[in-house]
Amino acid sequence: MSDATGTPLKILVLVKHVPDAQFDRHLSGPGHTIDRQDSILSELDEYAVEAALQLAESRGGPKAGNTVTALSMGPEAAASAVKKSLQMGATDGVHLTDPALAGSDSAATSLALAAAVRHLGGFDLIVTGMASTDGETSLVPSQLAERLGLPQLTLASRVELDGDGILTVRRDGEFGSQTVQAPLPALLSVTDQANEPRYPNFKSIIAAKKKKVRTLGLAEIGVSTEQVGAAGSWTRVLSAEARPPRQAGTIIKDTGDAGIRLVDFLADQKLL
Amino acid sequence: MANILVYIDTPAGEEPTKAQRELLALAAALGTPVAAVAAGSADAAAGLGAYGVTTAYTSAGDLDGLLVAGKAAFVAAAARAADAAAVLLPNTGEGKEIAARVGIKLSSGVITDATGIAPDLTVTKPVLAGSYTVAARAVHGIPVVTVKSNSVDPAEPGAGTAHVVELEAGEPGPAARITGTAAKPASGRPALQEARIVVAGGRGVDGDFGPVEELADALGAAVGASRAATDAGWIGHEAQVGQTGTTVSPQLYISAGISGAIQQKAGMQTSTVIVAVNKDEDAPVFEIADFGVVGDLATVLPQAAAEIRRRRGE
Ligand SMILES: Cc1cc2nc3c(=O)[nH]c(=O)nc-3n(C[C@H](O)[C@H](O)[C@H](O)COP(=O)(O)OP(=O)(O)OC[C@H]3O[C@@H](n4cnc5c(N)ncnc54)[C@H](O)[C@@H]3O)c2cc1C
Ligand SMILES: Nc1ncnc2c1ncn2[C@@H]1O[C@H](COP(=O)(O)O)[C@@H](O)[C@H]1O
Repeated sequence: MSDATGTPLKILVLVKHVPDAQFDRHLSGPGHTIDRQDSILSELDEYAVEAALQLAESRGGPKAGNTVTALSMGPEAAASAVKKSLQMGATDGVHLTDPALAGSDSAATSLALAAAVRHLGGFDLIVTGMASTDGETSLVPSQLAERLGLPQLTLASRVELDGDGILTVRRDGEFGSQTVQAPLPALLSVTDQANEPRYPNFKSIIAAKKKKVRTLGLAEIGVSTEQVGAAGSWTRVLSAEARPPRQAGTIIKDTGDAGIRLVDFLADQKLL
Repeated sequence: MANILVYIDTPAGEEPTKAQRELLALAAALGTPVAAVAAGSADAAAGLGAYGVTTAYTSAGDLDGLLVAGKAAFVAAAARAADAAAVLLPNTGEGKEIAARVGIKLSSGVITDATGIAPDLTVTKPVLAGSYTVAARAVHGIPVVTVKSNSVDPAEPGAGTAHVVELEAGEPGPAARITGTAAKPASGRPALQEARIVVAGGRGVDGDFGPVEELADALGAAVGASRAATDAGWIGHEAQVGQTGTTVSPQLYISAGISGAIQQKAGMQTSTVIVAVNKDEDAPVFEIADFGVVGDLATVLPQAAAEIRRRRGE
């Protein structure tokens, strides 16, 4: 692991390949897992890629030896999430894939990701999104921090790294807002308030074609098939039921008394 | 009966909040409630006995200075001390982060966003923005579950005093230090996530949350907002409802001047009753509204607020 002071930063950004929420999403199969066609780089992970790129750029970017490695764990198609990250500006990519990984819960996912991080030699900083847009649990970042023994600076809406390698972030939440601080190495997760993700342009798309993507399997990272997937997960989905779609109710046009009719409706529903 | 550990975070007053009383009610339905109390006085911890808590664990060390890691170590230590059969936490950002780390420490399955827990500890939760309801179980260790507010009736106080046990949580491991906190200004309104009624405004309020607040106050409701409204700076980010804001599931959600984008719906479509006020009859929000008004919120909302006050004889 490189010393954060003055020396180049080695950053890992975690990106997930998820079903596009613009289309209907379905659960199926014995494990009630999500259908993964029409998948994209999780929208919320674009903020993580952007945060990683900005931190690397604040140290002089790739020219100064800073690296941003994008890692995605998922089926074959998940390579496209890595590719999109390279087009945004990540320096290289890693695709962790193995049939045994399918159906991993957050505990199994964080176990595999932690093993991949160790296999890759560790990083000064690991950046993740605030939640995956399919699982929406927000568990993986904290679980990865726990497994790797890293301080977590999660749900950051503002990120600063000083010359001494001290990371300071702002967190906004139910409670108000907080400033938290830790020296590198650390784990950072960012919200959609942290930045504006850049769009890949023609030049960056061409440049991405020359970048390296390594494919890793479970054997290489020293994880057995029983530790991941349904076998290695500590939770199981027993059944799934599609929620009946909400029926549109009564729609009225305001002709001067809509506020009163609204209150009539609330009274009928015993909501007053 | 098995011990069910409830995580009680910073009590604002000394009395447990509605969300905390919901967790306590759920624990009492599943077994014997015990509590891990992260802050507040020993008296407040003992006072949880009024809600059926037999043992309240408090921390020997200060937990407020470190982000998540210290609280997670404390909750895991309390779960071990109580030989708990399950751990229940609030479904807040911090609640989920503590649960995540407790799960690893106890080699236990973590389930977030729970809306119900059966006596056999099967958990019910909505997934994919509320489009499915699943039943899930922890199949390793004990279930560590974060529970959404408004899922069960809150426990009512009775008599009783909890036995207070101070715990040495042990090494939290590397953690970020909290170097500053700015509490959000008290609005006097109910907390967004806990509220029975939410009135939310979007870009359609055009800078003025007055009509939204007036209706909210007439109903005793919390005020919410779309990201367009919070991004514009018309109201604080903590009011944002949706995928990247707060997820709410109140009995009544009144949406005003909000189009109903997928990220907004993700945070409110499991509300029991949805009312929408929008001047565009084609706004997608009407597809999920139980009652919709095509009209200007600037006139409809104040009229409704006045009518509510009139009916209450104010
Ligand atoms: C990664 C990501 C995360 C996001 N997370 C969230 C989130 O958590 N929550 C969220 O809300 N959004 C979120 N968004 C944004 C979301 O996509 C929409 O852009 C946003 O919800 C739109 O807000 P709005 O409905 O207030 O504004 P608009 O879509 O502009 O709609 C305004 C509505 O007001 C109506 N209107 C205007 N004037 C009046 C009037 N006088 N009376 C009545 N009606 C009027 C209009 O007809 C229109 O329907 C996210 C987007 C991204 C990319
Ligand atoms: N399979 C995965 N591959 C890469 N990153 C992941 C994966 N799953 C989760 N993450 C990261 O963890 C964050 C939170 O995911 P989650 O805990 O599933 O809500 C995401 O925004 C990603 O940055």
